[in-house]
Amino acid sequence: MITAKDIRRILLVSGWFMILTLPILGMRVDPLSDNILWRLKNVMWVGLGTVVLQSLPHLWHLYLYLQAGMIRLWHHLMGTPPHKIVEKTAHRDSLINRVITNPRQRAILCAVVLTLTIIYPQVVNEYQINIMIMAFLYIMLGLGLNIVVGMAGLLDLGFVAFYAVGAYTYALLNLHYGINFWMALPLGGIFAGIFGLLLGFPILRLRGDYLAIVTLGFGEIIRVILENWIELTHGVAGIVNIPGPTFFGLGLTPSQKILYLYYLMVLFVVITIFVVNRLQDSRLGRAWLALREDEIACQAMGIDKRRTKLAAFSLGAFWAGIAGVVFAAQNRSVYPVSFSFLESAMILSIVVLGGMGSIVGVILGALILILLPEYLRELSQYRMLFFGAILVLMMIFRPQGLISVVRRKYDIDSIKAEEKEGGA
Amino acid sequence: MSEPILQVQNLTMDFGGIRALNKLDITVHSGEIAALIGPNGAGKTTFFNCVTGIYKPTAGDVFLTPGKGEKPVSIKGLKPNIVTGKGLSRTFQNIRLFPKMTVLENVMIGRHCRTKTFILGAIFRPPRARREEREILLHSYRLLEKVGLAAFANDFAENLSYGAQRRLEIARALATEPHLLLLDEPAAGMNPQETEDLNALIREIAAEGLAVLLIEHDMKLVMSLSQRIFVVDYGSKIAEGTPKEIRSNPAVIKAYLGE
Ligand SMILES: Nc1ncnc2c1ncn2[C@@H]1O[C@H](COP(=O)(O)OP(=O)(O)OP(=O)(O)O)[C@@H](O)[C@H]1O
Ligand SMILES: [Mg+2]
Repeated sequence: MITAKDIRRILLVSGWFMILTLPILGMRVDPLSDNILWRLKNVMWVGLGTVVLQSLPHLWHLYLYLQAGMIRLWHHLMGTPPHKIVEKTAHRDSLINRVITNPRQRAILCAVVLTLTIIYPQVVNEYQINIMIMAFLYIMLGLGLNIVVGMAGLLDLGFVAFYAVGAYTYALLNLHYGINFWMALPLGGIFAGIFGLLLGFPILRLRGDYLAIVTLGFGEIIRVILENWIELTHGVAGIVNIPGPTFFGLGLTPSQKILYLYYLMVLFVVITIFVVNRLQDSRLGRAWLALREDEIACQAMGIDKRRTKLAAFSLGAFWAGIAGVVFAAQNRSVYPVSFSFLESAMILSIVVLGGMGSIVGVILGALILILLPEYLRELSQYRMLFFGAILVLMMIFRPQGLISVVRRKYDIDSIKAEEKEGGA
Repeated sequence: MSEPILQVQNLTMDFGGIRALNKLDITVHSGEIAALIGPNGAGKTTFFNCVTGIYKPTAGDVFLTPGKGEKPVSIKGLKPNIVTGKGLSRTFQNIRLFPKMTVLENVMIGRHCRTKTFILGAIFRPPRARREEREILLHSYRLLEKVGLAAFANDFAENLSYGAQRRLEIARALATEPHLLLLDEPAAGMNPQETEDLNALIREIAAEGLAVLLIEHDMKLVMSLSQRIFVVDYGSKIAEGTPKEIRSNPAVIKAYLGE
């Protein structure tokens, strides 16, 4: 419900916003007459907008409240005993989670999604295939970052650095030694993984905000090096004429090449999901989660914090490196601007929006954040605004992300059966 | 008397100007249940933290016997995970479970230091990794049965009741296969029935050959369980002996009741 205190706060915040935006939106100096033109209408709009935005959660609560009241009123009028109003329990798993924890249903879901993915390029045009390839790339990046942020709980704001290392590994090795895509693929991953280790060592002791700041700095350093070490990287001019992936030495037409890249990406994404899924339910994956939940208890239970953190960092970096090689091959060129902080923020948004630690969540997050702006071209200049709005709304209504994490449920009966076998 | 499992000599811990532990000498023997008691703020938890490597003690020595018939090794200043690996495990006064992991997974974490599978093993799951994973699962599940939490195996740890969370901490600590178990106020927040069950559980654990050192304010539980009691006040040991001796010790009575 809205209380007088809430209303006061809403008005205060709006007033504050109006004051803040006054110089930018409300005043303009007329260069001819040197007069200040007041455009107070704009500021009024800002004030109104902030009031509406702030009221949204309150209205939502009001709605829920009224709904409950109506139900009670209905029972009262009909003379039926008021049911206990069944609250939506927080623990009940969402539909998607119930499907993916059921092996049969999960298999069906995977089969359907895979079939759709395979048919997709046959029914759409090249432009849309290319967008989908981008989305797949971000799924890989998101799942890689998910290891670091979602599972191990290490807030990494410089993830794009490893993506850049992968992309430039392929670009440079190809430029100087003519190394092809397939050889560059593992090399890019390994190089990025080594960078992950190098970054990991000095920041092992850092957590939370400090970790975020150092990784942010690292991400920027890599980009600045790429821009300025002109002899090696050609600076902002970038490296061009990078060949795409080869197909057993056969020549492909341009449209065949796009199809080929698309199916390659499907393969990579499937492999990524497979690996991350296996890691999640492994000894190492559990150690990452424990590290995220409580570092001290984790160490006291015999987990080597350094080893576990370094594994998360280098594995996440490895995946970003692979994605980087693919990125270079798809775009046929690499420029430092492609690896700005915005890119890190985008990947992080994918993980947060989708639901930290959830594979399905990250996939949905990547699809939404990459595909939506592409299909809402008119919105494109407001993309960041749109982005911010989505994230703010998510934080209000679903702070745990689109898909909340489920942990593997072990089949107790089969454990018992096995136990008997072992005991007998 | 059997061989000592934990020997703490002259242990001192300063926090800035505050001396939380003052030249403490404590020896726990294998297979015994011992208790560490003292008024609030006496330094009991700090003692656990120094022994398990969470704090680095200012001075003194800590020796642990890492198994039957082995020589005591110094564990002073070692990292907590190394100390745990040598057979010393603990629970926390302010419960520190992994809330967003299942009850079973919490215990499985305890198996970490006795198992090996790493990145490649996790991804490719060779037979050795599969066997190990099954061993982790069965061992952990058995421990859950032991502490009476098997029915909650797949629930998130944060949804357990307070008493159940304390028992889960014990199961998790047992999963590391310790020789000595340190319990920090295991009965805090438990009702009389739960305390009774805890009493039985600790006896069962000790009967299997583990040494137990517990911090506890519930005197009935302490007196009923322990063979030897250490009393600390303001970081110094003021008494040591059997429950009977402690009960009639004037220094202890003074520390607890004031002048
Ligand atoms: N990290 C720390 N930094 C500074 N002082 C500390 C720290 N940890 C403990 N102390 C101080 O050391 C003293 C002993 O604290 P400790 O927690 O060991 O007491 P305790 O005997 O466990 O008490 P309780 O029965 O209340 O649990 C207290 O005065 C406490 O304030
Ligand atoms: Mg304490």
